[in-house]
Amino acid sequence: MAANNIAIVDSGGANIASLLYAFKRLDVAASVTTDPATIMSAARVILPGVGAARDAMSRLRDDGLIDVIRRLTQPVLGICLGMQLLADASEEEDVDCLGIIPGTVNKLPADTTCPVPNMGWCPIRQTAPHKVLHRLVDGTYFYFLHSYALPVSDYTVATAEHAEPFSAIVSHSNFIAAQFHPERSSESGSRLLSNFIGITS
Amino acid sequence: MRDGQVVKGVQFRNHRIVGDIIELSRRYCAEGADELVFYDITASPDGRSVDRDWVDRVAAVIDIPFCVAGGIRSISDAEQVLNKGADKISINSPALADPELITNLARRFGSQCVVLGVDSRDHHGDYRVYQNTGDPEKTSAAHRSTVDWVREAQERGAGEVVLNCMNQDGVRKGYDCTQLKQIRQNCHVPLIASGGAGNMDHFLDVFQIANVDGALAASVFHSAEIDIGDLKHFLDASDVHVRL
Repeated sequence: MAANNIAIVDSGGANIASLLYAFKRLDVAASVTTDPATIMSAARVILPGVGAARDAMSRLRDDGLIDVIRRLTQPVLGICLGMQLLADASEEEDVDCLGIIPGTVNKLPADTTCPVPNMGWCPIRQTAPHKVLHRLVDGTYFYFLHSYALPVSDYTVATAEHAEPFSAIVSHSNFIAAQFHPERSSESGSRLLSNFIGITS
Repeated sequence: MRDGQVVKGVQFRNHRIVGDIIELSRRYCAEGADELVFYDITASPDGRSVDRDWVDRVAAVIDIPFCVAGGIRSISDAEQVLNKGADKISINSPALADPELITNLARRFGSQCVVLGVDSRDHHGDYRVYQNTGDPEKTSAAHRSTVDWVREAQERGAGEVVLNCMNQDGVRKGYDCTQLKQIRQNCHVPLIASGGAGNMDHFLDVFQIANVDGALAASVFHSAEIDIGDLKHFLDASDVHVRL
């Protein structure tokens, strides 16, 4: 399957332009859409998101995309809020999410040495093998911008540390999700996106 | 930034052109900058919004986060900038005029997008906030204490504070660690130091003494006196953990 057909789900967030530019720099065609047919037939799907979980879930519901996303079988990458939307639920305004990756999103604990939101570059540590981390060693920095996160679980592929460790990358069957922003994570982010494009499960 | 060019002044005055925005953005990315902040200094004093086509151009060429400051007065101003690919917006004078703007922006876009810029300096033993600092003719004290303002902004949902210590700006004598340390104690969101960097030790000092989350600088990078890559290796060797 040609991976030159990427559908970015328009979840109403603000990082969509950055994602489009990131794929353009990788010379891969990507389009922003809410059209179920386009999403279902795409070789790869990205679920981005910035903002609040409740708003994003209502948007997906209004666009008739809840079941469309749940039934996708091609590689899907959730980014930031998009990762949280793939979980069962979010503590943020107590909202039910897509229920694709088990777990409930929690608020990051505030700590005198760890301000919330967590805004900045953090190193990740791989906890399970996954093709998205091909040639990305432990200690590689990625750019995080979030107040909520998925706790570490059986689905965690990589962790990062704030006041406590949290899931930086999770995966369940064809669904992969990153809490950080690969589109703003310099060469390491580009590599992760290339790895995602190259997945041939 | 002014009219699509990068400019730099001393203590917020006498700005001169230092380069093309895209060229400089590319250079800083390649050197290993962790984030870029673009201040449109003409926007707020003239009472108009910025011409934002450059935001698209920057977003297309860089792969690190960037923040846009200047002339953001409303949800729609912010939305426009964020939709063009900026990761954060920074507000200063408009937030002083209408603090509710912080609340509304945080509610709409999330705290992680909303940066409060504060221009602050010592005023008879207390730190006071100044506004409209892009234009010396219009700069004025805002009759607010910096500590109170930083506290209020966090309650309203600001996700980061950039503290520009005005008495240090562009003079390269080091960050105002005394002031930053005091604000740090009242700031539970990321705090970024701005104003005064002149050599690598100044960066080390501000991380070690004031415990800030980031250090912002302009002059020393624009003039290439300090290479960002060299600076980060220096910090790392001194146990300040940075992305290399």
